Amino acid sequence: MPDFHLSINGQEQTVKNVDSSTPLLWVLRDNLGLVGTKFGCGGGFCGACTVHINGMAIRSCSVPVRAAVGKQITTIEGLVSNDGVLHPLQEAWIEEDVPQCGYCQSGQIMAAAALLSKNSTPDDSDISAALNGNLCRCGTYTRIRKAIHTAVSKLNVSKSQNGGGV
Amino acid sequence: MNDKHLREIIDEMEGASNIQGKPWVESIERRSFLKLFGVAGGGLVLAFSLQGKNTALAGLVEAGAGSAEFVPNAFLRISPDGSILIYSKSPEIGQGIKTAFPMIVAEELDADWSDVQVEQSPVDEPVYGRQRAGGSRSIPDGWDQLRRAGAVARAMLVSAAAQQWGVATADCVTEKSVVIHRHSGQRLGYGELTEKAARLPVPDADSIPLKRKTDYNLLGQRIPGVDNYKLVTGEPLFGIDQVAPGMLYAIYEKCPATGGRVEGANLDEIRSLSGVTDAFVFEGNGNADELMPGVAIVANSTWAAFSARRHLKVNWDEAEAAKDDSEKSVAQAKKLANKAGVQTIRDSGNVDKVFKDAHKTLEAFYAYPFVSHAPLEPQNCLAWYRDDGTIEIWAPTQTPVRAVGGVSNTLNIPQDKITIHLTRSGGGFGRRLFNDSVCEAAAISKQVGAPVKLQWTREDDMTHDFYRTAGFHSFKGAVDLSGKLTGWQDHFITFSSDGKEPVRGGDISEKEFPAPLIPNFRLTQTMLPLTTPCGWWRAPRSNGIAFAVQCFLHELALAAGRDHVDFLLEVMGEPRWLEPSEEDALNNRPDFSPSRASSVIKLAAEKANWGGSLPAERGLGLAFHFSHSGHFAEVVEVSVDKNKKLKIHKVTVVGDIGTIINLSGAENQCEGSVIDGLSTALGLEISIKGGRVQQANFDKYPILRIGDAPQVAVHFIESNFHPTGLGEPALPPLAPALCNAIFNASGHRVRELPLVKEGFTV
Repeated sequence: MPDFHLSINGQEQTVKNVDSSTPLLWVLRDNLGLVGTKFGCGGGFCGACTVHINGMAIRSCSVPVRAAVGKQITTIEGLVSNDGVLHPLQEAWIEEDVPQCGYCQSGQIMAAAALLSKNSTPDDSDISAALNGNLCRCGTYTRIRKAIHTAVSKLNVSKSQNGGGV
Repeated sequence: MNDKHLREIIDEMEGASNIQGKPWVESIERRSFLKLFGVAGGGLVLAFSLQGKNTALAGLVEAGAGSAEFVPNAFLRISPDGSILIYSKSPEIGQGIKTAFPMIVAEELDADWSDVQVEQSPVDEPVYGRQRAGGSRSIPDGWDQLRRAGAVARAMLVSAAAQQWGVATADCVTEKSVVIHRHSGQRLGYGELTEKAARLPVPDADSIPLKRKTDYNLLGQRIPGVDNYKLVTGEPLFGIDQVAPGMLYAIYEKCPATGGRVEGANLDEIRSLSGVTDAFVFEGNGNADELMPGVAIVANSTWAAFSARRHLKVNWDEAEAAKDDSEKSVAQAKKLANKAGVQTIRDSGNVDKVFKDAHKTLEAFYAYPFVSHAPLEPQNCLAWYRDDGTIEIWAPTQTPVRAVGGVSNTLNIPQDKITIHLTRSGGGFGRRLFNDSVCEAAAISKQVGAPVKLQWTREDDMTHDFYRTAGFHSFKGAVDLSGKLTGWQDHFITFSSDGKEPVRGGDISEKEFPAPLIPNFRLTQTMLPLTTPCGWWRAPRSNGIAFAVQCFLHELALAAGRDHVDFLLEVMGEPRWLEPSEEDALNNRPDFSPSRASSVIKLAAEKANWGGSLPAERGLGLAFHFSHSGHFAEVVEVSVDKNKKLKIHKVTVVGDIGTIINLSGAENQCEGSVIDGLSTALGLEISIKGGRVQQANFDKYPILRIGDAPQVAVHFIESNFHPTGLGEPALPPLAPALCNAIFNASGHRVRELPLVKEGFTV
């Protein structure tokens, strides 16, 4: 079985002897130990396995590893900056006390992060559209929405402090 | 601490045979002692020493040269640097117990919450008492124990400071991890007192006064979950995240119809597939809670196991397997509706006479379907059977001690050969009261002699659940000329797997609301046969019964020409306490109180602007339910258009669960219960055909999504009762409140769930 060279969270990684049909999800979890990305349904229905591929929110359970080669992959672990600073969404998730069981939340945050990277002022319908593929069995949707708005305020404050750049 | 010192302490413990105190202190066993102290752990060695009657544990931990940790009991460890480690003993499944339990300890300790770190305790019921997540019982059961654990530690720290200053303890106060001498203003941080406190005898926990509610600093605040940082950064917390060196990966395929046996399978072909290390058949022990017949595939990665499974061909012998057909059961129940039930559960007053004399009578048939727990983390377990006959298990379970029992039965080994590590669970809802996946993992690991992580797929999880049973109520009610409810009859139709008892979660109490409130009340029961396993699903019994009962009460109110709120308040009657009922009083105190019920109903009506004017096609619906010691009323505001499309504008929740521990967690549970209740009422149903569950993934089991989630307003009546649990009681009123609102908005009475069956959508 072939080896694959992947770019994950800004680092080049080689995974050896992996079937080319293996979903990226299981390469992340079993081969690379990046277990923040969760297995929920295996069919792209629940969004627990959401990662970014070239900045897009993608269900990693439905992407074979061979299709991830040459692309920039970001997982929940990579949302934290190199010097350990949390993404404003991660901060907001803690402050708003979003999680119940917490299992879906890395996928929710990744979906929200992809949204904010394209739309810095999402309204409720933008949020619904971007996160409608992410199930929360515990029903924390009200708080997810609130945390995204909180993160947006944080981002906009930091923008104005930095003279407009993020 | 050296081994000799440890040995001495163990000997001292074993010698102290006549210890009296709280159960969690007096029953410490040597085994627990050794396990708890993690002798092999890096750096620290914990120790408790026992000093005779009525003194329990003086804890001393050598934490390096010249310093000592203070470990007054198994819940608490204070370091010389002032950090406070609190162990949470019960499974965290999303109900927030890992934050709530330590808050209780920290409150009585008067700890600064920012000094507190929390870890999951070892699984050891002799030391910790109950370590289960079920029945919303953790808070009421742990309340006294945890308060006293904190209070004892605080008293010892105060004594240590008073000794150091040569002052009376009565002149010392505590605040945010500091002891303060009132007159001189001298201060000593808890960290500065550990060594001295650790050498003091531990006082009798019952002799220590507990705080008054008015003195609480932490309880009732909004405290973010202690695992939040780890959750949002993707750290390994869950069962599925566990690994062991040399670990293999497994799947386990069972017959789609419960109880089918393996006649044969293409094992040779499976074994030849890439990545597969073994494949074999288990006969199982016939117990669906433990190990049913099936085929295991073991491989060097999850995907290799999943891929090989696609090639698996099993011949199932289904002679003894389930033949259940849920559609036929509904038809059967409808046929039985007009007859009396086979068994009489309650017959009080004179029901026949009151129906004969009634001003009005009303009949209605209500039905709710089978549903699945569908926790988002599919069942999984890491098990490691070793050559010496011991097994170590890492499992996301609600019942770790029961898991040990199950593994013991399955492998036929003594329980003391089994060690279980409790992980966080990606949702429970009652599914993880059962440890079938744990038993399967254990059996597979024993067979291959290596650590094995068993991973169920979503399809496994949804088609091999312990389902919330379907249920049917054929009601008749009577109101008199004044519009008062005078008589009630319910023929409850449920299921049984043995013809003797209803399935788990399919029973009904003779005291089920509103039985104790209505003088003429008849409840009968008929059981239909069922082989597919059923189990307790969030707010067992109540989650279905509340829908039927609270909707029918609304129907009766309308038949009587009464306002629903007035009618309900009249049913509640005078403020008084009612007898505890096993159904609802899942702890002994406090039981159902019509006055608490009336209070939440009144406040819910007020907060939701009950009786106010509404636009066309819009309605408010209200329902009350008491379960798991929680009194809850909910009001749903909904619009219904001519195509039966619903828009849920707002849900108002009012609950009385006594003292609130963590306000943020409490609100979160209510918000989640509303979404769960709504999701289930709207679109969720498990149907069974030929013994096979027809829904296997979220495409056919449409959990509510963010765009359809309503605004939820939560209010608590914070009565002075002891706190009770909140994982369940906020769920049952949602479905009837919603259906009552739909009626008020559209005139369409929903008597069968889910709503999609009657053409409603969101």
